[in-house]
Parts: sequence; C-alpha cells; structure tokens
Amino acid sequence: MSSVSPSRSGDEAIIVEEVSKVFRISTTPVTSLKERLLGMGRNHYQEFPALNDVGFTIEQGETVGILGHNGSGKSTLLKCIAGILTPSSGQVLVRGRLASLLELGAGFHPDLTGRENVFINAAFLGMPRKEIAARFDEIVDFAGLEQFIDEPVKHYSSGMYVRLGFAVAVNLDPDVLLVDEVLAVGDEVFQLKCMSRIKQFQDEGRTIVLVTHAAETVRQVCNRAIVLDHGNMVIDDEPGKAIRVFREYLHGHPPSALDPESFVESPLAIGDVRVHHDHEGSRRHVHVGESVWVDIEVTTTRRIDDAILDLEVTDNEGRILYHVDTDSLDERIAPLDGTCSLRVDIGRIGLLDGEFPINLKLIERSTGRVLDWKERATSFEVLNTTRANGTVAFDVTVRS
Amino acid sequence: MTALDQPARRPASDQLRPMAQRRSILGHVREIFQFRELLGSLTRKELTVRYKHSTLGFLWSMVQPLFLLVVYTAVFAILGAGFPRFAIWVLCGLLVWTFASTAMLTATVSITANASLVGKVKFPRAILPLANVGSALTHFLLQSIAFAAVLVVTRHAVDWTYMWLLPIALVVAILVVSGLALLLAPLNVMARDTMHLLELLVMGWFWMTPILYQYERAVPFLERHGIPGEVLLLNPFTSVVITFQRAIYGTSEVDGIALLPDDGPLWYLGVLAIVGAVAVLILAVALKVFDRADANLAEAL
Repeated sequence: MSSVSPSRSGDEAIIVEEVSKVFRISTTPVTSLKERLLGMGRNHYQEFPALNDVGFTIEQGETVGILGHNGSGKSTLLKCIAGILTPSSGQVLVRGRLASLLELGAGFHPDLTGRENVFINAAFLGMPRKEIAARFDEIVDFAGLEQFIDEPVKHYSSGMYVRLGFAVAVNLDPDVLLVDEVLAVGDEVFQLKCMSRIKQFQDEGRTIVLVTHAAETVRQVCNRAIVLDHGNMVIDDEPGKAIRVFREYLHGHPPSALDPESFVESPLAIGDVRVHHDHEGSRRHVHVGESVWVDIEVTTTRRIDDAILDLEVTDNEGRILYHVDTDSLDERIAPLDGTCSLRVDIGRIGLLDGEFPINLKLIERSTGRVLDWKERATSFEVLNTTRANGTVAFDVTVRS
Repeated sequence: MTALDQPARRPASDQLRPMAQRRSILGHVREIFQFRELLGSLTRKELTVRYKHSTLGFLWSMVQPLFLLVVYTAVFAILGAGFPRFAIWVLCGLLVWTFASTAMLTATVSITANASLVGKVKFPRAILPLANVGSALTHFLLQSIAFAAVLVVTRHAVDWTYMWLLPIALVVAILVVSGLALLLAPLNVMARDTMHLLELLVMGWFWMTPILYQYERAVPFLERHGIPGEVLLLNPFTSVVITFQRAIYGTSEVDGIALLPDDGPLWYLGVLAIVGAVAVLILAVALKVFDRADANLAEAL
C-alpha cells in the first residue's frame, strides 16, 4: 500500500496515485503448457509501458475529459480507474458507486433479448434486481427501444447497442460515470439526449470522466481536461488550454518539448464570440441573402502587433465550407493590447438550411505560434426561405 | 454554464476505496456474495442460451444421462456383469458424475470464453466459473426430479435411514467442484492445454469412480494387488457417489453380492465430513490463487 497523501479534502471522487502500467508483450506467443514449461526462466517478454507515473485527483462533481491519440494510454488509464486492469505500481481510489461504459454492448449476449440483457448488464454493475425492475421502463424509454426490447440483441444495430448500454449505465444512479468514446456511435437525437443527461449529472454533482479524441466534446461538457501522450500526462488544465496542447501533439509538434509550460501561458485568449445579424431582435435565424458579422473579444497580457486571424465556417458535421486568414486577405489587424474586440464581416449568406459553426484561430505572425484556438466558437443558423434544397444558395433562373 | 464552473456537491457518503485490491479469502467470499444476483443472472443466462434455439429445450438435459444409461445397461447385460435394478444403481452415480464433470469442463473455459467481458466490465471474475457450477447444478436438480418420478412410478424402495445424507453429500460435491472450477479457470487462461488435459482426465476419472461397478467389488480387487482399498476414497467423488447409491438404491447387498460398505449412516457421514473438510481447504486455496491470478486476467486474455 502506498502512503496516504496528506492533502485530502474529503471531496475527492477519484484519486490516481502515481499509476504506472507496463504491459508484457510476449515476443513469441506463449499460450501452451509445453512452451510455458520449456520457456521457464527465460524472458520471452518485451515490456511496453502504457502509463508512466500518472497522478491526479478529481473532485466530486467535476467532469474531466481525457484526451489523447490512439495508443496514448487513455483507455488503459480508464480501465485502471474502472478496476478492470491492475496498475503495475501506484493505486486508484474511488468514492461511491462507479459505472463504466467502456465499449458498446460489453456484457451483452447476442442471443438474449434486450430485456434479459438489461438485467444482466445491470447485475454486472452491481445493481440489485429489484432496483433494475423498478427502473426498467425508464431505461427502455431512455434508449427508445420499446418495440425491440423483446428481440434478441443480435438483431440490433450498433446504435441501438450503445443506446441500451448508455441507458443502463446512466440509470444506475452512479456517483462516478466513466465513458469511453462510445457516444460517438449513436444518432444525433440520441447524442443530444446523452449530452443533456450528462449535463443533468453535472447539475446533480456527479463525477464524470470522458475518454475521447474528440476535442469538441471536451470543450462542450468538461470543466477540466487531461492530455496523455505515450503514457505520460502532458497537461491537466482547463479544456481550452488542454485542447490546444492536444492538437499540437496530434500534429506532431509537442509545444517546445523542453518547456511545455511556455505554450500554456499564451499571451492571448479569445473570450466572448457572438454572431450578429440585422434581424436578431425579432428572430434567431438568418434568411438566405442576409448579412452576418461576428464580434470577437480578445484579452492579451502583452501587446501583440502582428496577429493573424484564421476563420473557418463549417457545416454541422465539421466539413469546412470556407477557410481564410487575414494574411491571405491582405488585411492587417491593429495591434492588440489588453481587452479589445474584433469584428469580422462575413457578408451575405449564400447558404440554405442548417447550423453553421465557426472556428477561430489567432496566430502570431513573427513566431508562427498559435495564440488561441476555438472550435465552434459560435455558429449561425440559416432558415431556408427559398424553394430550393441543398447547402449552397445559387441564384438560378431559367430562360427559354 | 454555472454547472460547469461551480460543480454542485453531493454529500460524500462513501469512503474512498482502492479499485484493485488484494482480497482476503473471506473478503473474496463476501464480494461474491454481494454479487449473488449476478451469479443468478449468469446461471440463468447459461441455461437460456444453451436451449434457446432447440425445440426440445430443457428436455435435452435428460437425454444425455438417459442415453448413457441405455448404453451402459446394454453393455453390462452383454458382459453379464449387471445385477438387479442395475439401471437405478447406474443413475445414482451417473447423475452426480454428470453434474461434476459438466461443471468442471464448462467452468474451465468460462473465463477464456468470456474474454470480452473480462476486459471490459469490472466484477468479481470468480462469478464466471461459479455460474457454470450453478447451471450444472440446475440440470442436476431437474434430472433428480425426473429420477425421483421414475423411482415413485417403479415403486422402488429407497433407504430412508440414509436419505438425510443426500443434501450433505450434494453440498460436499458442490464444494469440491467449486474449488476445482476456481483453480482450473485461471489455469486455462495461462495455458489453453488445461482444457484438453481435463477432457482426458475426466474420462479416466469416471472409471476411477465406482459408478458402474460396486465399491465392495473394487476394494478386494485393489487389495489383491497390494493397494489398500481406501485409495478409492481419495477420489472425492467416491464418497458422494456411494452415499447416493446407498440411500437411493437402498441396500448394501443384493442377492448375496456385496455392493457398498455396510457400516451404517455414520460411517458415510464420517467419510463425507473428511472429504468436505478437505474440499473447504481446497476452496480456500482456490480463492487465494484466483485472487492472485485475477489481477492479470484482463491482460492475459
């Protein structure tokens, strides 16, 4: 047992104490008794460190995102927290009932019906049968599977799997909820439902740990994020900063490998971002052909003379519809110092239906450094008042 | 945004507890007990899944012992080695053996067959082999009801002075089987040969248990070869099987042929008690070993 750290507030939900995990990968697969006996004493293993001395504390009521690319150790960390894997050294302490959703349909048996699986799944999470029976309707209702609940789950789509799994996990009244990627599978309606349930969990002061490589989700729901890279904890900070660091790692440029701190302490932060249009007093939507502009608030800790603004307009799936920066436009941004605001005129909207998020990035030209980056900083919604369908509004007339 | 900035607090009702912890034997038993509903659910699952797509369903659990019974009775009739009410004699041992062997064989592969579960869900893994013991036990109980019906219909006289030993014998069998199941299941994760080895072993074990032949016939045979007859009792299933035979077949000799020890119910109880004590010891060791192996199960798979 490792020593008890002195600074405990009594409000911690999860304490990860210097957790390391080393996987032993056998160079020759040793799964037979003969090889095991013959190979005794010889080292057939290659050690692969998946986590190195990762340590942090999550307070009750926090929502923490764990970011990292594939192989960064984020799932290993989650499995250690869930108690599925045993750390090679260090330990994990958890307070209260823990529910984990690590893979879609884990614990589901394909031949059994949805109903039978709900009971088994909940039993795996340690929930008494009586309690499951009492919440059964709620679970099925949340998953939206009323008609299919007595069908064998092998006939379910992957979305239906996730819905049922998530419905069971969130209806278990967990104090701590661990979620790994899975939410990306469900359809849009269900994702909204999940998000609103996660928000509700937050309001109720439950603790949530989300593992993902979607920075988007982290920004939406987390109040803190941890970035892992090759088993090392790179940063544990507010989502905005963590996401920036994560992106830099993702693009293979660790922010000045010697001193990651320097990156974190950016001299500039994008604050409030708002979309405006002429009729915003009377309606939320923009109509085709109306003008839109964006007001951006920026705070700096030192004067920046040569900022470049980079702007992306995307559709709701994140496809980039328009991308430009002030440098290419030959526009110069006046020196930024203290709290200032920028206005970007987007001009007349030539788009039809939908919501269009805007991504913003401010870059320092002299150093090439990204000062701040905000994805989905804001968005505008277009209401199609024409008779056409699609994304782009053309001005089509026919002559004959 | 208030929810994000200022998380509401829930009262800290529980203590912080380590997620991966070495358990004491009693702690392990307590944990399994806490998850007894899961044990029940998984046992039910084993049963439902097995017969899901068959027309005969549960009747299949009767077919196997019945088929073996017909074969053995026929072979022994040809050999002239049978004796009166031979079928009832065989069933006494055969049902116990079917329970023990099915439980051991299915429990051995229980963890490897549920690899995805072990890697993704946290629960006491000992539940997996135990659920197989549970489903084998359910089959045994169903077969026993059918057997009892046969006894009533054929107006067979059981020996009521021995019948009270049956629940004790059954508990001993469950203890032995559970202990072995908990040892074999993690062993099979480390070396998949375990399963194949066990299949062979079970075949030999069947013939080393006085199921088709009489205990009192095997003892003098062994002694003629300079082996003490008590060797038979080292096989933990011998005591269980002979208790079932003594109580249900109802006599220790028939037509002058000695079948079973004639030392009264207390002798049987004594043998069962010794085997039971050893079984508890094995179970304790098995829980300890299982706990050690448990930490590495998820990654060994």
